[in-house]
Amino acid sequence: MPPDSSPAAVAAPDIPAPIPPNQPGLLELFVAFAKMSLAGFGGVLVWARRGIVDQHRWMTAEEFNETFALCHFLPGPNIVNLSVVFGSRFRGIAGGFAAFAGLVGPPMVIATALAAVYARYGEIDALRRILAGVACAAVGLLLAVVFKMMMPLIKKRDAVGIVILIAVFIAIGLFRLPLPAVLLVGIPLSLAITYFMRRRVNG
Amino acid sequence: MNSDANPIWTLVWTFALMSLFAVGGANSAVPEMHRIAVDVHHWMTDRQFADIFAISQLSPGPNVLIVTLIGYSVAGVAGALTATVAMCGPTAILAYYVSRLLARSSHSPWPAIIQAALVPLSIGLMGASGLILALTSDRSWVAGLITVAAAVLAFATRLNPLWMLVAGGVLGFAGVI
Repeated sequence: MPPDSSPAAVAAPDIPAPIPPNQPGLLELFVAFAKMSLAGFGGVLVWARRGIVDQHRWMTAEEFNETFALCHFLPGPNIVNLSVVFGSRFRGIAGGFAAFAGLVGPPMVIATALAAVYARYGEIDALRRILAGVACAAVGLLLAVVFKMMMPLIKKRDAVGIVILIAVFIAIGLFRLPLPAVLLVGIPLSLAITYFMRRRVNG
Repeated sequence: MNSDANPIWTLVWTFALMSLFAVGGANSAVPEMHRIAVDVHHWMTDRQFADIFAISQLSPGPNVLIVTLIGYSVAGVAGALTATVAMCGPTAILAYYVSRLLARSSHSPWPAIIQAALVPLSIGLMGASGLILALTSDRSWVAGLITVAAAVLAFATRLNPLWMLVAGGVLGFAGVI
């Protein structure tokens, strides 16, 4: 393990005091992330917070929020990014791999087994009906997440944000435009607007 | 599979590219997955896509597992593995380097600005995911009602979401949809 990737070296600059009391090893990282992942139906974040902050005390709540914010603004599966950033913070690149393998490996085996069952028996009527019902509920859960995420924008009366949100929704949901094209326009536009709005507020 | 090329390579570049555009996580990329898997490559039908989303929600683990399932239906176990690694790899490497970079200069205002700018985009994308999946799954008014009920319960209560999936499955099995 490279000595320069010790957590103290990374966490020290802004928070002087609390050096994390526990330092997970590679196997511990793998097992902890596998547990969080297998507990997490419909999202692992809640369990990740519970495991990392409350149970193992590997990070303070603030450190966790900062790390998650970083992983949220980067593209790609957030919680996967979090596992890599978290693991590498303690144990370098090997730690990142261990946490990632724990998070994705075991559920992937389960999902692949389910996919095999579906490929074989997917046309059986009873299974078809069950899946159709599950699909309806699953869409509802996704919509609930969308509304929960929208609430802060509505409360802040963030008109610009809501307009951008609706524009993206129409472009992707109604017109079915390709994602890269929409984002290549949307991201620079949203960044520019946010930047100038903040400057106007501050100045 | 409608192309002569090895589908594994199609999976690799499709999902590696997609991972870099998946602002706000795997669920934001569902419309793009739908577009590519159903409309562009004809890997599966509309209905199969809805089924795969349901299975991905039924299995524990991160939402990105929908990619594993798409990969499996295209090229078996090798496809499942390839698609998952392709979807996770590029951004994981990016996250690793960016986090090291930010650990050094943590007082820059840019992370906050970028985050504020991306939040509406990712909510819009997830909303579009919801719409596309609702159009494929909710084929009757009862089905629509189940979606609305699950959405309201998940929004207003702290009930474990697994119960809503189970309830949906039971109602489906009973044949009310």
